[in-house]
Amino acid sequence: MTELVQELATQVPDLRKLEAFAGAAAHTPYLADPQAKLRRKLCVSLEDAIRRSGLRDGMTISFHHAFREGDKVINQAVGKMAEMGFKDLTLATSSLLNCHDSLVEHLKSGVITQIYTSGLRGKLGEAISRGVLRRPVQIHSHGGRVNLLQSGELKIHVAFLGVSCCDEFGNASGSQGKLICGALGYAKVDAQYARSVVLLTAELVPFPNYPASISQDQVDLIVTLDEVGDPTLISKGAARTTRNPRELLIASLAADVVEHSGYFRDGFSMQTGSGASSIAATRFLGEKMAEKGITASFALGGITGGIADLHAKDLIKTLIDVQSFDSDAAESLRLGKAHIEISANEYANPTSKGAYVDRIDVVILAALEIDLDFNVNVITGSDGVLRGASGGHCDVAAAANLAIVVAPLVRGRLPTVVSKVTTVITPGESIGVLVTDQGIAVNPKRPELAKRLLDAGLPAVGVEELHRRAIALTGEPEPLRFLDRIVGVIRYRDGTVIDVVRQVDERA
Amino acid sequence: MKLRRSMLFVPGDAAGMVSTSFVFKPDTIMFDLEDAVSPREKDSARLLVYQALRHPAYRDIETAVRINELNTEYGPKDLEMAVRGGADIVRLPKTETAADIELLDRHITRIERECGRPIGQTRVMAAIESASGVVNAVSITRASPRMIAVALAGFDYLVDMQSERSGGSEPELFYARAAVLHAARAAGIDAYDVAYGDVNDMDGFLREVMIAKNLGFNGKSLIHPRQIKPLHKAYAPSREELAFARRVIEAAEKAKHEGLGVTSLDGKMVDRPVIAHAELVIRRAEAA
Repeated sequence: MTELVQELATQVPDLRKLEAFAGAAAHTPYLADPQAKLRRKLCVSLEDAIRRSGLRDGMTISFHHAFREGDKVINQAVGKMAEMGFKDLTLATSSLLNCHDSLVEHLKSGVITQIYTSGLRGKLGEAISRGVLRRPVQIHSHGGRVNLLQSGELKIHVAFLGVSCCDEFGNASGSQGKLICGALGYAKVDAQYARSVVLLTAELVPFPNYPASISQDQVDLIVTLDEVGDPTLISKGAARTTRNPRELLIASLAADVVEHSGYFRDGFSMQTGSGASSIAATRFLGEKMAEKGITASFALGGITGGIADLHAKDLIKTLIDVQSFDSDAAESLRLGKAHIEISANEYANPTSKGAYVDRIDVVILAALEIDLDFNVNVITGSDGVLRGASGGHCDVAAAANLAIVVAPLVRGRLPTVVSKVTTVITPGESIGVLVTDQGIAVNPKRPELAKRLLDAGLPAVGVEELHRRAIALTGEPEPLRFLDRIVGVIRYRDGTVIDVVRQVDERA
Repeated sequence: MKLRRSMLFVPGDAAGMVSTSFVFKPDTIMFDLEDAVSPREKDSARLLVYQALRHPAYRDIETAVRINELNTEYGPKDLEMAVRGGADIVRLPKTETAADIELLDRHITRIERECGRPIGQTRVMAAIESASGVVNAVSITRASPRMIAVALAGFDYLVDMQSERSGGSEPELFYARAAVLHAARAAGIDAYDVAYGDVNDMDGFLREVMIAKNLGFNGKSLIHPRQIKPLHKAYAPSREELAFARRVIEAAEKAKHEGLGVTSLDGKMVDRPVIAHAELVIRRAEAA
């Protein structure tokens, strides 16, 4: 056989690199071993999986956050890598939450030296705001993350993806099995772009596991873990239902705005963020839809139990789900009745060949701060510390026909409507209306909308007036103090830099 | 005439609520310095409420302050603050006799004079919380021209009566409700029914609202903003009631124009009480 290839090379020199056949299993040695053929991906332990993944110092590891506050994968995996002596890793997660506080020690020890994420909270956010990382953290949106992967800036060497169940070949799901997290929209992208994919599964189920969110042809290794995530904690924190009367008041006003926005007609499409008022607005909107006989063609996004409930009542025809915000949403996905799981690329990537956000009529989003130009901050708190998430905020705001921001006018002793936000995540040009407990402000760029709301008798005023009311209650807060050093870079969904976060100045 | 359906209690020491509870738009906001505030917070609560009363955001909503009893160390200070702060109404807890109101009236007059408020501008609401209060309701409601309302406080009253709360239609409150309401109506002032304690039991709350409404109470004391909308909705007239009320007013105006004292509508007599009720229905509809 070798002679044939040599002869070929003499006649056609540019084919000299072709290899001669050396047996059916020469390149697939596992086929020669009946045991290895079927079970070659299975690892005996997390350590075994890390070792076999080919992970080396300086590489990029990735995770997803479908289990949100119940996630058990990131701490375990990074802890194990630290134990094994890895250094200088780049951590690329779709987001980080309060449950990831223990990563701080691995930042201090140099196991992790760079982070890409859409969100940061708790002690981790505080440590980074105080300058624990040498390189600034890169904050991206959910759509923007896919863009960074496609542009090649972000190269994932090994993706460690927690799943609810998979078979021995790696057909994996987040919505089947005993401990379900719902849609694996962020994990799907990592499975596609990572050089090596390790599944960490709560349970191994018989082959073939169907329907699968992550397919066997993208999976290198599988390890079963005692704990992958706690589904009961998914809706803890950001994604919660509320009984707070102020949040309910804002939600009810937001539903009124949707009703009179001009977009509330049969077949409209909607999305709600994970804030309490956004979630509560869903219920009020459902009442209006039932009353007026209006159904939505689809709801997108992080799907909540409230949205799933409207779907069950046939008020929303189809659910398009990149991430399930609670167990009711996950259960709806498991049942799979016109409830579709999509990847973050299909969801919100601006360079995707078709992102669902482009087809959204109305979205209701939260804000930590919003300013006189309608710029929105959802990442830094009133103390300037990283304690939020970019999420899909700027993605859907940019693409939707109408983005409504909901927030209390005053939080504690601080105004939410400010003259200039601490950090810009979503530019004001993408925001249509601000709804607070003390009135509504329409972006001056949308005079037609302002007219519709005023005609409907809604309390629409200028954003300057809302700012004035807030300051009348709180007084003008003292400006935050920062050092010059940049600790975070805010990447807009197209990869451009829209803002930076500086180290907080703790010298009193 | 001012509509008083909902009187929302706001604990005086809860800064977040004191500063912005006007957004819930009850008919009256009642800043509580009494039972909701622990002794160690009494002073700071009084200051907080004073700032709220002075704030422009509270200019367009009726404000009331529930002071501590005047024979406590806090009561007189609370009263000074409430009158000087510009509260529309002072609510006196545990009113037992007309003398309690007369004493309060004299103090208010003195403070109004000292701070330059028009004499008589501060109105008074008496909370009746005991058997004595109920039997003296007639004289209490007439004890001062400042009196604009009386409120029944169920919990203390039932303890005083050695009653057990039965739930449901609560026959144990029937006499007190009827007595207080009669006294209020005879004196021409408003009457508030008891607060409903379980904020998560909307069905139970609405059952009690209907009892109060049907008896004739102007409204209820509320302990949570979530109770406001359902209460206003319950007090809102139906489309049919409103249409009928409008026709009554039309018929009455026509009769007046024609110089007739009484007229009839759909074969029924339209006289003074029917017209008064129709006016109330229209006012409630406009506010709902």
